[in-house]
Amino acid sequence: MQFMLLFSRQGKLRLQKWYVPLSDKEKKKITRELVQTVLARKPKMCSFLEWRDLKVVYKRYASLYFCCAIENQDNELITLEIIHRYVELLDKYFGSVCELDIIFNFEKAYFILDEFLLGGEAQDTSKKNVLKAIEQADLLQECCMTDTVSQSFSMV
Amino acid sequence: MALKIVKGSIDRMFDKNLQDLVRGIRNHKEDEAKYISTCIDEIKQELKQDNIAVKSNAVCKLTYLQMLGYDVSWAAFNIVEVMSSSKFTYKRIGYLAASQCFHESTDVIMLTTNQIRKDLSSPNQYDTGVALTGLSCFVTPDLARDLANDIMTLMSHTKPYIRKKAVLIMYKVFLKYPESLRPAFPRMKEKLEDPDPGVQSAAVNVICELARRNPKNYLSLAPLFFKLMTSSTNNWVLIKIIKLFGALTPLEPLVGTAGSCLSSVSVLISLSSGMPNHSASIQALCIVSRPLSVLSLFVVKYLGLLAMSKILKTHPKSVQSHKDLILQCLDDKDESIRLRALDLLYGMVSKKNLMEIVKKLMLHVDKAEGTTYRDELLTKIIDICSQSNYQYITNFEWYISILVELTRLEGTRHGHLIASQMLDVAIRVKAIRAFAVAQMATLLDNAHLLTGNTQHSGICEVLYAAAWICGEFSEHLEDPMATLEAMLRPKVATLPGHIQAVYVQNAAKLFSTVLCGQEGAPADSKVAQETSQLLIDRLPVFVQSDNLEVQERASCILQLVKYIQKLQQKDVEVAEEVTALFAGELNPVAPKAQKKVPVPEGLDLDAWINEPPSGSESEDEGRKTKGKAVFAREESRHTKPRYTEVDEKELAMRREVRKAEQANNPFYIKASPSSQKVYQEAVGVEHIPVVQIDLSVPLKVPGMPMSDQYVKLEEERREKNKADRKKKDKKKRREKGRQRRGDSGPESEEDITPAHMVDIVTEEMPETALYTIPCLFPSQKSSKHKKKKQKKEKDKKKKHHHHHHSDGAREESVQNGTVEDEEPLPVSKQSPFSLSTQSNPCPLDVCDIQGNLHDGSQVVVSVIFENKCDSFIKSMEFNVMDSLNSKLQRPEGAGPHDSLTVPFHLPPGISSEARFIFSVQSIVMPQKLKGTLTFIVKTEDSSTHEKLDFKLHFTCTSYLITTPCYSVLCPDLNFRLNCFDAYAKLLESGDLKGSSLKLEGINQPFHHLLARICFHHHFSVVERIDSCASMYSRSIQGHHVCLLVKTADQTVSIDAKCDEPGLLRNVLDEIKLTFSQC
Repeated sequence: MQFMLLFSRQGKLRLQKWYVPLSDKEKKKITRELVQTVLARKPKMCSFLEWRDLKVVYKRYASLYFCCAIENQDNELITLEIIHRYVELLDKYFGSVCELDIIFNFEKAYFILDEFLLGGEAQDTSKKNVLKAIEQADLLQECCMTDTVSQSFSMV
Repeated sequence: MALKIVKGSIDRMFDKNLQDLVRGIRNHKEDEAKYISTCIDEIKQELKQDNIAVKSNAVCKLTYLQMLGYDVSWAAFNIVEVMSSSKFTYKRIGYLAASQCFHESTDVIMLTTNQIRKDLSSPNQYDTGVALTGLSCFVTPDLARDLANDIMTLMSHTKPYIRKKAVLIMYKVFLKYPESLRPAFPRMKEKLEDPDPGVQSAAVNVICELARRNPKNYLSLAPLFFKLMTSSTNNWVLIKIIKLFGALTPLEPLVGTAGSCLSSVSVLISLSSGMPNHSASIQALCIVSRPLSVLSLFVVKYLGLLAMSKILKTHPKSVQSHKDLILQCLDDKDESIRLRALDLLYGMVSKKNLMEIVKKLMLHVDKAEGTTYRDELLTKIIDICSQSNYQYITNFEWYISILVELTRLEGTRHGHLIASQMLDVAIRVKAIRAFAVAQMATLLDNAHLLTGNTQHSGICEVLYAAAWICGEFSEHLEDPMATLEAMLRPKVATLPGHIQAVYVQNAAKLFSTVLCGQEGAPADSKVAQETSQLLIDRLPVFVQSDNLEVQERASCILQLVKYIQKLQQKDVEVAEEVTALFAGELNPVAPKAQKKVPVPEGLDLDAWINEPPSGSESEDEGRKTKGKAVFAREESRHTKPRYTEVDEKELAMRREVRKAEQANNPFYIKASPSSQKVYQEAVGVEHIPVVQIDLSVPLKVPGMPMSDQYVKLEEERREKNKADRKKKDKKKRREKGRQRRGDSGPESEEDITPAHMVDIVTEEMPETALYTIPCLFPSQKSSKHKKKKQKKEKDKKKKHHHHHHSDGAREESVQNGTVEDEEPLPVSKQSPFSLSTQSNPCPLDVCDIQGNLHDGSQVVVSVIFENKCDSFIKSMEFNVMDSLNSKLQRPEGAGPHDSLTVPFHLPPGISSEARFIFSVQSIVMPQKLKGTLTFIVKTEDSSTHEKLDFKLHFTCTSYLITTPCYSVLCPDLNFRLNCFDAYAKLLESGDLKGSSLKLEGINQPFHHLLARICFHHHFSVVERIDSCASMYSRSIQGHHVCLLVKTADQTVSIDAKCDEPGLLRNVLDEIKLTFSQC
C-alpha cells in the first residue's frame, strides 16, 4: 500500500498515512486531486479506480471516505478488507465510532492504524491482538502521566 | 530546577490541548487561517519551554496542523526532542509526529539514528514498537544501513509483538539498502515457520512482496509455501501465497500454466470468505470450473475445490452441475485433493445422482490403497446416503446391497457404522424388511468369511445387526431353520460377548418362528422335537461362556427349551405360547417423540410429587441404572418420564447414563453412530453359492456387483418413465396447447419417484403418546405461588419507590420518628438542585438531580441523563465552572477546567445515571454553579457536536445529613436512652443561636408536615408530643440544627437553633419555600 487517506464528504482531510516518502508539496497535490476524483463519483460506482499508475480503493462509511492507493499487482479485495478491518478496529476502540472521534482523537486513530499496518502491510490480522497492544500502550501512557504529575508535586 | 518543572506543569494546565485546538478551529470557520496563525504563535512559545509535557502537547497540535496542510518543517528539531523523551507518552507522540512530518530530505533525520537505536534495544516492548512503526515511515538509505543489524536482531526477539514488526520493517530496509537482503534472508525464511501466526503472516507478506520484484530467486521456497497453503486457515495469508504462486508461475512450467487462473481463484476465495452471500460467486464459479477441467495443476485444483466448497454452502445447485469434474478429482494422485473432492460430493448429491455417485465411490473403494483413505471413503458413502434422514434414497434395496458390499472391505474400522445403518434401515423402513432379512440371513450363513483370519476384527458388528434383524423379523425368513442352524454353529462362540448374546437371544426368537411353522403341519411333531433338540445340543457351549450376559441368557433359554421339549413329548401344542414370548411389533420412536406428548391440563411438571429426595439419591439412581445396563437390551424403550426438578449437573449425568443405555439398545434409533472396529472381508450376498467353501481370500462376485443392478434398473425405469411421460406430455400438450411448455423437463428433481414407497418414520408421535396423564394437583398450589410472587413484586416496587426519593438513611429516620401512618406520604417532587436548560432543542434531558451527602466537605450529585431523541448519543463530557467555594472533583492529573467524561453512551430512549463529586468549603450559603454538557449526536450518516448549558443549585438543605440525634450526641450506647436529655442539654448549652419562622395557612395533618420536613430537609424527629415536635439534623461540617415545630389553627411556628446562624437562616428560608409551594 502506498498511502491511506481519510476525508469527509466536504473534502476535509481527517487522517493521512504515507508509506512512501514524498515531499509535503507532492502529498498535498495528490491529496487534492484524489479527494476531488473520489468525491465526484456516484454512490453506485465501483470502489476501485485506476489512477495514474496506481489503483485506488475507497469505501465510504457514513460521512467518511477511506481511501487507499495500492500498486497495480496488489489485490483490491484484500485492500477493501483492510479498510473494513481498520474501521472495525476503530469501532471497537471508540465504541460506535464517528467522524468526531477521529477528529478529536486523531492521534489515537493513528496509533491504531500503526498497530494494524506497518509500512503499508498488515502486521496482524487478529483484531484482538491489535486492540490488546493498543490498550497496553495506553495503559503505559497513563502510568507515565500520573508519574509526572505526582513527581512534580512531590518536588514542591 | 524543581520550581521550573512545577511551573511548567502548572502552566500546562492553562495551555490549549489538542481537543481545544480542534474545537477552536471548528468555531472559527470564517477566519480559520487567522486563528491558526495565532495558534502557531502559541505553539512556538510552548516549544521554547523546557517542560517536555508542554513540548509534546505542542508537537501533537503541530501534527494536526500538518494534516490540515500547514508547513511545520520548522519544528523538526523539536519533534526529535520529544522523540528522545524517556517517557512513553511523549515518545509516542514524538514518533507519530516524525512519521507524519519527516521525509527523506528532512535533515534532522541524521540526528535520530542513535536515539532510534537506543529505543530499539529498550527493555520496554512498546518503546521498541513505537520506534519501529515510526521508522517504517521515514526510513532513509542511511538509516537503513545503520540500523539493519539492530532490526535483524529484533527478528529473533522473544516477544512476537516485536518480531512481527521487525519482520515487516525489514522489507522497507531491503528496499532502501538492498545489501542487507543477503545476510537477512535465512532468518526471514525461518520466520515463515514461526510459531506465532502474526509473525508468520508478516514473513509471508514480506517474501511475497520481494518475490514479486524478483521471482527467480524464490522458486526454491515453493514447496514450503505449498505446505503453508494447505495448512494455513488464515485467508489473508492464503491470498498472499496465491499471489506469490502467481508471480512464480511464469518461470516454472511445473508450478503452473496459467497465472491468471490463480488470481481468479484467489479472487474467488476472498469473495466467498469475505462475503458469503455475494451473488457474484455464481458467475465466479464458471471461472473455477474452467481451470479445473483444463489444468491438471494441483494448486489450481486444490484451490478450485476449496472455493467450490465455499460456494456450495450458498449456491448448491450451481456446484452440482460440475459433478463430473469433481468425480474426476477423485482419481487424482494427491490425497488432499481427493479428500477435498469427497467433501464436496457430500453436499451435492440429489435423488437423481445419488446412485451414480455412490457407484463411482464404490469403484474407488475397491481401487483405494491405504486404509485411512478407504475408511474415509466408507464413512463418506454412508454419510452421503444417510444424510437428512435418507432424504436422497429412492430405493432401499439398493442401499442395503451397498451396505452388504461394504462389508467386503478389508481392514476397515467402521463395522459398527455399517451395522447401525443396517439396523436403522431395517427398523424404520417396513417395506424393506423382507429383503433385508434375506440379505442378513446370507450374511449369517457366510459369517466365517467375515470372521476370516483375525478373530477380533470389526466384523462382528455387522453380524450383530444381521442376527438381530433375522431374529426380530424372522417371519420374513424363507428358511428359518437353516438360519437357526447357522446361528448356533460352534464357531459363533469365538465372537465377542455382546454379539454372542444377541445370537442367543435371537436364536430363541427364531426358534419360536420355526415351531410355529412346524406345528402347522401336525404330522411333523417329531421335526419340532428335533428342532428343540438342536437347541438343547448347541446351547451348552454358550452356557459355558465367560461372558456373563451370554451365560445368563443361554442358561435361561436352555431351560426354557428343555421345558418346551417336555411338553412337546406330551404332544402339547406350545408354538403359540412360545411366540407370545416375543410378541409385539417394534415401532420406531423418534428421539424427540417425548416432547410431542401434550402436557395434560393442570399438571405441573416442575412441582414435586413427593418430598424432594436427600442429596445422595441422585447418585444412588445413577448406580442403579448402571447396574441395569447389563440387561440393557431387555429394557423397555419407553422410559417413564420423571416429573422432578433437576439441576443442570444432574441432568448432564442422567444424559450420560441414558446415552450409555441407548448405545446398547438396538431398539433405539440413534442420532449418530459411534465409531467402531475393524472388518476383514465381506460378501456380495446374492451371488454367493450357498455351499460352504472355506476361503481365506476375499470372495469376489462374478460379474456385476449386485448394487449395480439397481443402478441399471433405475436407469431403465427412468428411461421408461421418460418415454411414458413424453407420451403423456405430448397428449397434454396437444390438449392444453402451449400452457404447459415450461415445466416438462424430465430431469427435474421432482420427477424422480421412489422405486417403492417406503414410510420413513421420523418425528412421528409414538402411539403410547396418546395416553393422558391424570391430573395430580388441583391448581391450588400454583395459584398460591402466584400470589406470593405478586406480593413480592409489590414489595419490590415499594422499595424502589422509596429508594427513588430518599436514600436508606432517610428512610430509616422516617421510621424512627413518630410517623406512624402507613399511607404513602404526599410528597411532591422537588429536587434540592434546580436545573435550567437554556432553550436548547436538545434531545438530552437532565431530568433529575439528587443530592447525597457524605462526610467531610464532599457532595455527591447524581445526574440522570435521558436521551429523548432518536439518535445515538456518545462522548458526553460534563463540566462545571468551579466557584471559589465549590469545585468539581476531577481525577488526578486533570486540569482545573477539564471536563469529565460520562462513562457511558446513550442509545435512543435510554436513561442512565452518573455521579459527580463536588468539594465544598463553606456550607453557610446556598449557591449555583454553571455548567456545560457537550456530547456527540450520531445520526445515520452524520454526527453533530452539541452543547447544553445548565445550572446546578446547591441549597443549604443539601448540606444537612439526616442523623438520629442520639448517634451524634451520645455516641456511647449506654447513653442512648438519655438522648432526649442530651438534646435538651444541647439546647440549654447556649452555644446555639436561635431564629424562628411562622407559616400561615397550612392545613395538612401534622404528621405530613413533619414527614415533609424530614424528607425535604433531612431532619429526623426526636420527640413528638401531640401537635408539637422537636427535630434534629446535622450538617456535613458538624453544625447542629434543632427545630421545635408547633402547630395550631393552620399556623405552624418553627423555633430553630443552630450554632451557625447563617446556615440556619438559609435552611429556614428553604423550609418556607417548600411550604409555600404546596
